[in-house]
Amino acid sequence: MRKQLGFIGKVSAAILLGSLMSMSTLSAKTLKLAYDADPVTLDIHEQLSGGILQLAHMSFDPLVRWTKDFKFEPRLAESWERVNDTTVRFKLRKGVKFHSGNPLTPADFKWTFDRLKQSPDFKGIFSNFTDLNIVDDNTIELVTDGPYPLVMHTATYIFPMDSKFYTGKDESGKDKSVIVKNGASFASTHLSGTGPFKVTSREQGVKVVFERFKDYWDKDSKGNVDKIIMTPIKDNQTRVAALLSGDVDFIAPVAPNEFGQVESNDKVNLVTMPGTRIITFQMNQERRKEFKDPKVRQAIVNAINNPGIVKKIMRGFATAAGQMSPKGYLGYNEALVPRFDLAKAKKLMSESGYPDGFSVTMMAPNNRYVNDEKIAQAVAAMLSKINIKVDLKTMPKAQYWPEFDKRAADIMMIGWHSDTEDSANFYEFLAMTPNKETGKGAYNSGNYSNKFVDETTMKANKETDPKKRAAMLQAVEKQMYDDAAFVPLHWQNLAWAARKGVNIEPVVNALNFPYLGDLVIE
Amino acid sequence: MLQFLFKRLLQAAIVMLIISLLSFSIKDKLGDPLREMTGMSVSTAEREMLRKKMGLNDPFLVQYGRFVKKALHGDLGTSYFHKLPTMTVILKKLPATLELTFAATLIIIFTSIPLGVMAAIKPNHWFSKLIMAFSIIGISIPVFVTALALIYVFSVKLGWMPSFGRGETVHLFGYWDTNFLSKDGIMHIIMPAIALSSIMVPLFIRLVRAEMLEELSSEYVKFARAKGLSRTKVYFKHALKNTMLPVITVGGVQIGIMVAYTILTESVFQWPGMGFMFLEAVNRSDIPLIVAYIMFVGFLFVLVNTLVDLLYGIINPTVNLLGKGQ
Repeated sequence: MRKQLGFIGKVSAAILLGSLMSMSTLSAKTLKLAYDADPVTLDIHEQLSGGILQLAHMSFDPLVRWTKDFKFEPRLAESWERVNDTTVRFKLRKGVKFHSGNPLTPADFKWTFDRLKQSPDFKGIFSNFTDLNIVDDNTIELVTDGPYPLVMHTATYIFPMDSKFYTGKDESGKDKSVIVKNGASFASTHLSGTGPFKVTSREQGVKVVFERFKDYWDKDSKGNVDKIIMTPIKDNQTRVAALLSGDVDFIAPVAPNEFGQVESNDKVNLVTMPGTRIITFQMNQERRKEFKDPKVRQAIVNAINNPGIVKKIMRGFATAAGQMSPKGYLGYNEALVPRFDLAKAKKLMSESGYPDGFSVTMMAPNNRYVNDEKIAQAVAAMLSKINIKVDLKTMPKAQYWPEFDKRAADIMMIGWHSDTEDSANFYEFLAMTPNKETGKGAYNSGNYSNKFVDETTMKANKETDPKKRAAMLQAVEKQMYDDAAFVPLHWQNLAWAARKGVNIEPVVNALNFPYLGDLVIE
Repeated sequence: MLQFLFKRLLQAAIVMLIISLLSFSIKDKLGDPLREMTGMSVSTAEREMLRKKMGLNDPFLVQYGRFVKKALHGDLGTSYFHKLPTMTVILKKLPATLELTFAATLIIIFTSIPLGVMAAIKPNHWFSKLIMAFSIIGISIPVFVTALALIYVFSVKLGWMPSFGRGETVHLFGYWDTNFLSKDGIMHIIMPAIALSSIMVPLFIRLVRAEMLEELSSEYVKFARAKGLSRTKVYFKHALKNTMLPVITVGGVQIGIMVAYTILTESVFQWPGMGFMFLEAVNRSDIPLIVAYIMFVGFLFVLVNTLVDLLYGIINPTVNLLGKGQ
């Protein structure tokens, strides 16, 4: 018996060694990538989501892109300057080609801009922009309806599409440029961009294969990946297992529960980074008169031990927050630290006339944010200490959003990532007085309303001096902090893992679009 | 025979009509598909406009009427996520699930029958006792635990087995890519098939054993033994054949249940089959696909039961398909 086992061991070792060797020669420059989902479409204007922006960075190039420390890096724009209050001029890179072979021209930018204005998902971001003017063969101008501080932020969303390729009629006689949400279109199944990778084959939900574009303009890039096989692996544990067993080279996201397994393995590297998505609870002042009293809201914020949640539930994989803006954003106000003081919370409850507390309903999703259900349960338990009895209901996100839109509970969870990577976006969606016509406060289920917050946010969106603007945005944070407008919990961290030799550290960023074109595999 | 098949066809049509009505009436509870199709910052007004364009605001009967009318023309709607006709999506995913179910069925047949028979004819042998102990444990371990344990031991720790997906498949015809014609494909199907069969094997071992024990104590077996027929002939030719009848009945029902378990197995192994597709459709509120899948599975159930009834007739010619008096 023992002899047999020894034999099996030797054979398996030989097989293992053989497969390892064949792997290293075969996949020298091939990256096997596993995300939790694959892009839902090839049309980068169809949906504004992380998956689509990741695709945009792989197969297209933006005018400018974010660096790790939230600065702008030239891509298709070589340089830029502000001409006047409403105009920014971009000098374009020369000699850039699309995958189809067509040269990139200013007309492609104009075409892309017009299409973005048509896209239900992107038109909101571009609502302050009136025109894209072609000045000459390699100069364009972006024009806004008034002074606008976020021109460069928005320029990160302009990935020129190949206008010649996307113009005309497809086989079924439909316009190639049309954006279709609930069905196939030419643009959702064909792609021609200027980016480092061409899409060579794609089976929705199974895999997407990319190949490096031979005529890619960025010859200075050290990136050496020739081929990317992107596979969606939905299950967190399976995704980690696929990496640890060597079936894939690079995975994201990595769930906090799997960190131990990844860190203890010496064949793989784990890279984490503070993220910019804020997780909060909102207290509905329209449903509950108690929440109209700032003291009650303050008591709730003080009763919730969010540093404890970060430590125990998130396993350190988050940063406890006292405000909406993460560090690095203009609105980040250093003075606003997390509050947790149970004694003070109890005192505030007595002062406001609710020493015996009251009962509330709470809702949270259970598959949207990292550990969302556990966080909600912990918060419910913490509120019981100030005699607030919580009736908690959690549900999958598909069911949660309709409930959120109905404002179906007294306390509701909401996480937010700012599309512009700017503080004002948080305030516009989460804190400004809800207004159906302007669309402001669309996710302010607490119905918090403060004139100073409303006005200062709008003023900040017309202020082009970064210093003055920062002061305004930070004043808004302070106001919300003092009002206990919402319950800040934490900013989720981001995590990626790759086998050793795949140098992901330099290409990942807090925006969660690894710049795979620059990825180096040793 | 033809009358029987016609009856079943009619049954299938009624089943599918009821299923479609049921799944249609709960579809608003399955979440808002517009939420899945648009980014967070898209305005409510914009979303409302899209919803109107897609006809999702029409009254229930109008929507259902439109669905039935299209269904009668063979169009079961277009998946929001895959952007293809739902039947095309399902047929594309079907081979992967059928192959997985087939592989699991093979494992069930080739383990549970010999082991069950062994446990029946040698009830006091230590190995029989081991089998029975194992079957009790096995029946109480959930499929996804087995699946994760397999991945952990054989993929992560030992590195013998691939951890996910179908691997290199060989194209057969149409949408059918098979796992059975390449080494890589076979390696990929082994663990999912074991995981899927793990809940059924103990059940069938116990079933085969119980049925076999009953046959062994019957008069004809005793008579055959007394007549001097060899043990092998009595056990495997006569008793086993009669044991199989109830096993096939249960098997037919269980194959249906196994389709349900593929949802778990496929999502753990990222197996690109119908079960995983369905789970994703639910997550994404892809309602046309959910409705089409449920109808398709209903059809599958009727089909499997019909096949089981036909198989009955072959194994035991005295079974009367139409259930009429002699």
